[in-house]
Amino acid sequence: MKIHEYQAKELLATYKVQVQPGLVAYSPSQAVDIANKVTHEGPWVVKAQVHAGGRGKAGGVKFCKTTQEVKEAAEKMMSKPLVTHQTGPDGVDVTKLLVVKAVDIAHELYCALVLDRKTSSIVIMASREGGMEIEEVAEKTPDKIFKICVDPAMGHSAYQSRILAYDLGLPKELHAQFETMIQGMTKLFIEKDCSLVEINPLAITTDNQLMALDAKVTIDDNALFRHFDIKELFDPSQEDPIDLEAAKWNLNYIHLDGNIGCMVNGAGLAMATMDMIKMAGGEPANFLDVGGGASSDMVREAFKILISDKKVKGIFVNIFGGIMKCDVLAKGIVEAVTQVGLKIPLVVRLEGTNVEQGRKLLNDSKLNIFATSDMGEAATLIVKKVME
Amino acid sequence: MAILVDKNTNVLVQGITGSSGSFHAKMCKEYGTKVVAGVTPGKGGKSIEGIPVFNTVHQAKREHQIDATMIYVPAPFAADAIFEAIDAQIPLIVCITDGVPAIDMAKVKNVLEHSQSRMIGPNCPGLITPGGAKIGIMPGYIHRPGKIGVLSRSGTLTYEAVYQLTQNDLGQSTCVGIGGDPIIGSTFLDLLPLFEADTDTEGLILIGEIGGTAEEEAAEYIHKHFTKPVVGFIAGTTAPKGRRMGHAGAIITGGKGTAEQKKKAMTVAGIHVVDNPVNIGSTMKKVLSQSV
Repeated sequence: MKIHEYQAKELLATYKVQVQPGLVAYSPSQAVDIANKVTHEGPWVVKAQVHAGGRGKAGGVKFCKTTQEVKEAAEKMMSKPLVTHQTGPDGVDVTKLLVVKAVDIAHELYCALVLDRKTSSIVIMASREGGMEIEEVAEKTPDKIFKICVDPAMGHSAYQSRILAYDLGLPKELHAQFETMIQGMTKLFIEKDCSLVEINPLAITTDNQLMALDAKVTIDDNALFRHFDIKELFDPSQEDPIDLEAAKWNLNYIHLDGNIGCMVNGAGLAMATMDMIKMAGGEPANFLDVGGGASSDMVREAFKILISDKKVKGIFVNIFGGIMKCDVLAKGIVEAVTQVGLKIPLVVRLEGTNVEQGRKLLNDSKLNIFATSDMGEAATLIVKKVME
Repeated sequence: MAILVDKNTNVLVQGITGSSGSFHAKMCKEYGTKVVAGVTPGKGGKSIEGIPVFNTVHQAKREHQIDATMIYVPAPFAADAIFEAIDAQIPLIVCITDGVPAIDMAKVKNVLEHSQSRMIGPNCPGLITPGGAKIGIMPGYIHRPGKIGVLSRSGTLTYEAVYQLTQNDLGQSTCVGIGGDPIIGSTFLDLLPLFEADTDTEGLILIGEIGGTAEEEAAEYIHKHFTKPVVGFIAGTTAPKGRRMGHAGAIITGGKGTAEQKKKAMTVAGIHVVDNPVNIGSTMKKVLSQSV
């Protein structure tokens, strides 16, 4: 789960990471009030709070010298959706702004923690080359990124931040601050089940303070059951409405741009089904893994969600029953079609557990379904039907 | 004699009184697996499908020979169940549970490395030696005893490959679904040597997904050390970048772990890569007939 910058900074602050004084505003006038509250005289930075990256280049971050400028920047940001390279062409609405006191920056560093598959440990990465081009640094000059592994069962030990501090060539007077910060970030990562804690840029200010100017924190969805406080930080306005509806039914759904709705069980088979549709010349409208333990109710609702997408011109159901039983699936589809009707072609490929009962249910329903047991044939057929 | 599991393997089921635990304990038993005991704390003394239930793994172990455990314990408690199995020195741990927090798995993995146990999963279908035994949730009837090993990160896609092998009269030696999570007990690299050493395996199907670099590492190993023909498939060629496709493992970030990169690494290693999953079985058949 992604959270906003202001939420990430609030979390970091509770773990002793220094952030600029600032607060979140919900309107331009409130932005001005907050500007006055955080410092008597500027400058300030006004930052659009959206989950997508690339805000700086898209006009979502503004340096302001006067409160008048704060007001204007806030008005401009909130007046239209913010389009960055990560949002897609429609962009996302800006309903919240973070207003902070600007600081004088001597140098910008980079610091991030992620879970590493290879070593099964938390990797702390740090670089002197902080800022917007960090991905390029990682690709072209990987030796400029220093790494150290932390065993999540053991947590942070002082020597680890010491190694990084010397690698980074930090002045001696910053070492204690750096250790406090790394220790806090690691603690946050472990205690809140993060999958990413990133500070970029991490500023060294002209008065020798280490300060998180921007922060990204992502939480492991699988661990949300033990973090009710974090769950509350969820912002539905940042999500695709269809994805939200799917989430209500515990469906693993991702909305895409094509016109062939897919219903599949298993993430691997779902991805392979999308690949097959593309290979046959079509475009998938979504990724949907109904999972192993889906009930008829879930299948019914999933099917309704597929139909509700106006772009969808045909539906491809590809099921290899394992835990998922084919008759349960067929029952859900028949129920959904009976309730909401079906005006677009439906191709169903069923195989696996209880396949005979499933096929019988579909046949007996007298619905206009193209059924086949060959997955390749089914993919070609749905693409052809949609193009007709 | 296939790998990891056969008809003589004595299996314990942790979380046996839950709905999936009891259902699959029964299914495994019907398939021929020696399911000798189950564990659910607080339910000791009961019996499920004729299988005795114990409160702890250690208790079960005092009364039964246990070679492997199959875990269905819900995600919040899964790591604890795995630690218990490791502590009881169960040689093979198969964790079916999905949704285990990544940090829990990181802790598990570090303990596992200093233990006597090998683990498969979590978030996996388990493993099966057709005609012998299965430890997992795969539909048994699609399998046939044969000479092809199947090693896969995906569940249903594994069934697909198995089904195609069966339809092509090839059959399977052992099929292992290693699971789709970022941190898993056994990787391709851990299991490839077993398939290489297994005299019953004459060819291997390798099914990967986008995300991570496990397929690239497997390809390198195969290139250097694997002497049997391998047919490979990677799911997610068309997946949009940066989106999570169900498996926590299947995230593409920063140009790493893309399907294209993986396919390229596999082709370079001499693996027969199929673009369309429909062709997995037929390609293996063709490859085998050519290599004879």
